[in-house]
Amino acid sequence: MSRIGVAFDKARADGRALLVGCMPAGFPTVEGSIAAMTAMVEAGVDVIEVEIPYSDPVMDGPVIQRASDIALAGGVRTADTMRIIEAVAATGAPVVTMTYWNPVERYGVDVFARDLASAGGTGLVTPDLIPDEADEWLAASDAHGLDRTFLISPSSTDARLAMTVRHCRGFVYATAVMGVTGARARTSDAAPTLVSRARAVTDLPVGVGLGVGTGAQAGTVAGYADGVIVGSALIRCLLDAPTEAEGLAALRTLSAELAEGVRNPTR
Amino acid sequence: MSADALAPVAGPQPDSAGHFGRFGGRFVPEALVAALDELDGAWRTAMADESFRAEFGALLRDYAGTPSLLYEARRFSAKVGARVLLKREDLNHTGAHKVRNVLGQALLTKRMGKTRVIAETGAGQHGVATATAAALFDLECVVYMGEVDTERQALNVARMRMLGATVVPVTNGSRTLKDAMNEAMRDWVANVDETHYLIGTAAGPHPFPAMVRDFVRGIGDEARQQCLDLTGGLPDAVTACVGGGSNALGIFHAFVGDQAVRLYGFEAGGDGVATGRHAASITGGSAGVLHGTRTFVLQDADGQTLESHSISAGLDYPGVGPEHAWLHDTGRASYLPVTDDEAMAAFELLCRTEGIIPAIESAHALAGTVALAPKLAAELGREPTIVVNLSGRGDKDVHTAGDYFGILDKER
Ligand SMILES: Cc1ncc(COP(=O)(O)O)c(C=O)c1O
Repeated sequence: MSRIGVAFDKARADGRALLVGCMPAGFPTVEGSIAAMTAMVEAGVDVIEVEIPYSDPVMDGPVIQRASDIALAGGVRTADTMRIIEAVAATGAPVVTMTYWNPVERYGVDVFARDLASAGGTGLVTPDLIPDEADEWLAASDAHGLDRTFLISPSSTDARLAMTVRHCRGFVYATAVMGVTGARARTSDAAPTLVSRARAVTDLPVGVGLGVGTGAQAGTVAGYADGVIVGSALIRCLLDAPTEAEGLAALRTLSAELAEGVRNPTR
Repeated sequence: MSADALAPVAGPQPDSAGHFGRFGGRFVPEALVAALDELDGAWRTAMADESFRAEFGALLRDYAGTPSLLYEARRFSAKVGARVLLKREDLNHTGAHKVRNVLGQALLTKRMGKTRVIAETGAGQHGVATATAAALFDLECVVYMGEVDTERQALNVARMRMLGATVVPVTNGSRTLKDAMNEAMRDWVANVDETHYLIGTAAGPHPFPAMVRDFVRGIGDEARQQCLDLTGGLPDAVTACVGGGSNALGIFHAFVGDQAVRLYGFEAGGDGVATGRHAASITGGSAGVLHGTRTFVLQDADGQTLESHSISAGLDYPGVGPEHAWLHDTGRASYLPVTDDEAMAAFELLCRTEGIIPAIESAHALAGTVALAPKLAAELGREPTIVVNLSGRGDKDVHTAGDYFGILDKER
């Protein structure tokens, strides 16, 4: 079983959900992103999702767009992402990578998989790659022992949902809201239904993303999902803070609140 | 002619998943797959439906004013050294070929029971055409337009608003067409139940490239017959400008099977491909994934999209439709860059010789033709006949052209 699978199993045994925290690589700088991800782990985030910044992130809302733009303007390269993954994996937390497809294709799919595996990454979340187009990635991830997380959506038909989870390894990512990333006042009503539809066809853990921003919302999602995935709300801690130190402090506070939330599932 | 604008043809088709050779396909969030499948189904059903084809044909004829003329540009021809036949898409309602695609997709929107259309626009021509069809079909309409483009195409912004559309200036990224497309995709993901994303060119995820091509291919069907009627034969070459690629595919498609007819697509070379400031995705880009499809893309070593540059807003896009990438791969069509300066020289030449002000996009096709004519003449040993797709009129570009030529009065 993959390292992520082990972490999900342990959380399940403890009667709680896993907290997955996302940060773009190189935001605000390469060193700054390592510091931020390390702080998240120290404050209770179980799994770090490192997003490779991309110029045209069509699944992302304004917060992640801004952070990605800052990272890219700072000159972050895909090779830097590998270095960041290595540094964060050294904390002991599983590190999964999220990326739009073109940077991987440009790097070379097999070379990317090889470098990701040797950096200690567990696998890829691919927001704009569906299994239908993923032959090369299926082969490379098999060859290098990496997990594959494809997205499922409330609009997926039963047939597509079954096909998609069959190609997943590690965990399944349920995009619970029809829309882009970003913290929302309310999490989605569609989420529990989507998770139970996934559960009907797979034993893989199911993470829910898009919209979570508070400990209470994390608790709600933890009530029906195996993983709670948080991005924009954590990133905003850094974007909104006047200094990097204050940003890191806010990031720790929110991480701890979310970690508390996933330990208190509301059912 | 336009009554059977959707009649089946034997031309090249993608596989059932929308792959043109190694290009095309779907690189999209799973959330959009259901909508793309629905669209694919609606399009295929409509294509096989006589009543849909008749309705589309009638709209093209009675509303858009097609078939557009094939006009022999004699004074321009004399300057160029070729017999130049202009496919006058500039005379269509709303002033460009874009209206054909928009009417087809608006009809499909109605068939799917959707009530809202969104669109991206660069030059504003596609936005205006979409706003026009939305008014005609009583659909809510939101148009995303890069802030840079809202400034250089202010007249078209006003036109869209007059037609009842909401124009949203896009302020992120390079603030041009690619960013408008990103915003439209984001809107679509969030509102896909009631919204159709009316993509303005033969790009994007399957089925858009093949579907848009089908809606605009009347251009070539008409031109081929008109050329036979006028000259008694087929042309030696067919030329068009290539942004996303709809007007070029529209005119190429009918000729793809005619091996003796050369096909030329002229990309926006901006300041020159060597300067890096251009929008020539095939000539100056490399294979990659952008906006839901695999095609040629302007990108850096890490796969980040590069900003494109062109005097023409409608060609200022760092990608190209996947069918063109494939036609390039197979060698069936040739793609060459045309610089801003070359395009503007041809723009002026057409104004002065024919009394026709072309869109700056179309001026790229004219400039490419000017360069092609002597080579073709030398090769063939006679005057070549060239059909040029005059994809649009230049009303929207008068300000840009006035600036370029320095003919605007300083004081108002
Ligand atoms: C008149 C005209 N021609 C050409 C284009 C380029 O698009 P395409 O390559 O899809 O024909 C545009 C785009 O706005 C246009 O307005």
